[in-house]
Amino acid sequence: MNQVRYSRSIDWVTFFIYLAMVGVGLLNVYAASYSADVPFSRVFSADWSGLMAFNWFKQLVWLGVAVLLIMVLLVIDYKAYDTFAYVLYGGMIALLLVTLVIARPIAGSRSWLELGPMRLQPAEFAKFTTALAASRFMAGINLRQQAFKQQLVLAGLTLLPPLLIISSNETGQALVFGAFLLAYFREGMSPLILLVLAAAGLVLILSLLVPKLWLVGAFTVILALVLVLNPRVLRHHLPLAAGVYAVVLGMVFGVDFFYNNVLQPHQQKRIEVLLNPSADPLGVGWNVTQSKIAIGSGGLAGKGFLEGTQTRFDFVPEQSTDFIFCTVGEEWGWLGTMTVIGLFMALIFRVIFVAERQKSVFGRTYGYCVASIIFFHFCVNIGMTIGLAPVVGIPLPFFSYGGSSLWSFTILLFILLAIDAYRKQDLVR
Amino acid sequence: MQYLEGRKFVVLGIFLAVAVVFAVRLFHIQVLDGSYKLAADKNTLQRIVQVPYRGVIYDRNGKILVQNTPVYDLMVIPREVKKLDTARFCQLLQMPVQELRDGLKAAKIYSRVKASPLVQNLSTPELAAIQDNLIDFPGFSVKPRMARSYQTQNMAHALGYVGPVSPTMLEKPKYAKYVPGDFLGISGIESYYEKELMGRRGVQYRMVNVRGIEKGAFRDGEFDTLSVAGQDLHLSIDPELQKYGEYLMQGKKGSVVAIDPKTGEILAFVSAPSFDPAMLTGKGSGNRYMELLRDTARPLFDRPLAAAYSPGSVFKLVNEAIALQEGVVTPYTGFPCNWKLVRCTHRHEYPANLTIATKNSCNPYFYQVMFATVRQGRSPSKYEDVALGLADWRKHVTSFGLAQHLEVDLPGERMGLIPSPAFYDKRYGHHRWTYKTIYSLSIGQGEIQVTPLQMANLMCIFANRGYYYAPHFVRSVGNRGPLSRYRQRHYTSVDSSHFNAIIPGMQAVVDGRGGTGNLASLLDVGISVAGKTGTVQNYHGEDHATFAAFAPANDPKIAISVFIENAGFGGSSAAPLAGLMMEKYLRGKVAPWRHRWEEWLPGPADRFITRRHRR
Repeated sequence: MNQVRYSRSIDWVTFFIYLAMVGVGLLNVYAASYSADVPFSRVFSADWSGLMAFNWFKQLVWLGVAVLLIMVLLVIDYKAYDTFAYVLYGGMIALLLVTLVIARPIAGSRSWLELGPMRLQPAEFAKFTTALAASRFMAGINLRQQAFKQQLVLAGLTLLPPLLIISSNETGQALVFGAFLLAYFREGMSPLILLVLAAAGLVLILSLLVPKLWLVGAFTVILALVLVLNPRVLRHHLPLAAGVYAVVLGMVFGVDFFYNNVLQPHQQKRIEVLLNPSADPLGVGWNVTQSKIAIGSGGLAGKGFLEGTQTRFDFVPEQSTDFIFCTVGEEWGWLGTMTVIGLFMALIFRVIFVAERQKSVFGRTYGYCVASIIFFHFCVNIGMTIGLAPVVGIPLPFFSYGGSSLWSFTILLFILLAIDAYRKQDLVR
Repeated sequence: MQYLEGRKFVVLGIFLAVAVVFAVRLFHIQVLDGSYKLAADKNTLQRIVQVPYRGVIYDRNGKILVQNTPVYDLMVIPREVKKLDTARFCQLLQMPVQELRDGLKAAKIYSRVKASPLVQNLSTPELAAIQDNLIDFPGFSVKPRMARSYQTQNMAHALGYVGPVSPTMLEKPKYAKYVPGDFLGISGIESYYEKELMGRRGVQYRMVNVRGIEKGAFRDGEFDTLSVAGQDLHLSIDPELQKYGEYLMQGKKGSVVAIDPKTGEILAFVSAPSFDPAMLTGKGSGNRYMELLRDTARPLFDRPLAAAYSPGSVFKLVNEAIALQEGVVTPYTGFPCNWKLVRCTHRHEYPANLTIATKNSCNPYFYQVMFATVRQGRSPSKYEDVALGLADWRKHVTSFGLAQHLEVDLPGERMGLIPSPAFYDKRYGHHRWTYKTIYSLSIGQGEIQVTPLQMANLMCIFANRGYYYAPHFVRSVGNRGPLSRYRQRHYTSVDSSHFNAIIPGMQAVVDGRGGTGNLASLLDVGISVAGKTGTVQNYHGEDHATFAAFAPANDPKIAISVFIENAGFGGSSAAPLAGLMMEKYLRGKVAPWRHRWEEWLPGPADRFITRRHRR
């Protein structure tokens, strides 16, 4: 194999979307950490450590490293990803365990590994290794058998990393693994599971919003109507109906227990703020309130590059990492946010397109995992900045400042491109 | 696996749905909902108002009357107050502990992190006494501010005072430019010329970050404005004359107004009892204001503008002028001093002409003069005739600046009252009143009301032989001269020749043998005074004494009206007081033989009452 064939077969559309995203991301990281007191010209007189004091310059360096990573990923034999999927997975589990033991708590979470001056978050890299392992496993399942045991193994495979991540107190990164359900759904998982989960989520949210007795009353009435109007259900599925009824009752009344005893205080607050943003505007609600003010004040066309007052004057916390979308919203307005959302949609749709043209189950499943993971981040990150999702500390892929996040998403995406580049040779599977 | 291909669209559908939800939500908060933009400005924009230097007020001679002086407010930020040694603090500021506790509590209620004033209006010496020790009291700081200071102890009523804007004012649109804590002119010239004195505030918009640290000007200062200092005012008040007037009016209630008839400039404006204008500025001004407010002599009452008295006999001059204009009498008309019509002031010679009648202030004479004016036989019915006559009479009277605002440059001016036919119709019923009902108007008593300022203006009209300039205090705003309306002559409806016919009588009042106003005579120093005494009947006590005059008679330089409440006959108190004032203004000094009056006049009003004289 030589470089020429690579360059012909790599999916350039995805690549250019990727470039556009990291480019726009870098611009916004620059804006978010821009200070009028420090003119750009100072860059020319700064030494290395001085340059590394600029967030945007660090991000540029991380981007350089990411380009190296891309080259490495494309050089590696595509078969290696398949072959070593479990090995990588195992290694990652070990790393997570090690992290859990040796990591010092940073902002209440023990998920950062410190290597000299660098800090890495292994949880970021658990995503692509788990995606690889799950795809590998999926490719091995004979779907006609639909063996319960295999499903159980897959579930275990998917749930082990998030369990370890939750143990290190990094709930947001753990929730991301829920995105795998979309990929599994594409590969034949029963839609009932999605429906049941969606219904369960709905019941949970409702039970926090609506008085419990009303909810139970309404549900009882609906169930009674179904039974009366549809006698077949009454005759054949009465136990099932009773079971569903019992589960819903349990959830409605169990939600308080969950809320009070399982969730940590700061998580309770975040949910409370989501339900009622004005509950605590100076405390927990601060992030969401300020984030919405920053985005909302952008207007249609924004205040202009480096003109955002809310983001530059530190009203929005975490503005170059988790809340980078505020800078976009404030300085570029609705047109800017639409561009970013458009880029994400283009990337995700293109990834699905690439996934669908894979001949192997492994490649396709992996492609769906990539799309789902990016989508989940997109969904929760932007959702939290505009008050549609609870504040969960996960970055916006390719935009947020930070090496771990940039590299992990680059690896995630370019493994797919590497696999895709060789799909024509992959006649065996 | 073909049957699973369709699931691709489910997945894509979910992606798209979320994107659409985001797009709609973002459109709502970014484009439709404007409240986030306001919230953003509120976050970052800090409005700094620069209060300009308030205009200085000068007297007639160009000397400063009112100026600005720095005072200091002791501010406290409750959150920063640490381990306060209350005993030492209170000793330092000489304030009771309870006052400190109350002040701190009030400050805490306002804000724990923002500064609020604890003690206001500390003078520079007071500040010097505490400044060095202030470092031991964290959380306390000093904020300088400009306050008014006075170079005179007089003319408190004309000058008015400056005070903090009140919450009720702030609710009115007129005060939209002010914010709580601002100061503005509350009364007098300070209030009337507030716009000119205040200048224009400068506003700077600064951007601050989340910790309140300044991050530069908003849009490079595009919306910033510079403050413009207030304009200076040059008053026409003669400080010596003013001081002299206030001295002479000591212990009495009443007013003295002196005007230069050639320009309408007010030379002296005395409202007695008066007070030091500095009482209403500085530390403790609130308490002092309440003291003045509770004083039963009502020192805060601006008598020259707002006290309306019957003009008494002085008004006979106006009636005579109207009768001459109407052609119903001549200066040589004689009427008998018929006591059956109305009681006269005293027994006197036969009023064979106007001058004799004026000199003696003959009540029956002027009864008949006004009768001739209002009963000209316009209608066979005596009711109708007097109503028509009174309407014409009133038109003439109002042209003398009575029953209307003279538009002096001071707030709170009263119009007074000149009754109209409608007024009597309302009181007695239509065609239910005749001249017999209203005859007291002929001698300036009854329903008629005139302010001391209008009375002085009346003398200006006689001095000018038929016109006046609206009286005013400010002869120049900055260097632009007086307001334009003070340069207009107002003519009466009476020809100037008729005034010439009346003035010999007024001179006879003062200088004639047995004239009622002899005590105002300055003939001994070569000045001819024209004037008229008056005694205002008053149902609440002794009569009010009044005297109005101008001098010199042939080239008038000063017109004056004096009202002294409850001092009885105008000739015995008001006339000598007016004489002293005119002499002081015209000669700059008072003849030595009148010095004993200077010692006698300041004192309570009852010393002027002599039972024998009730003219």
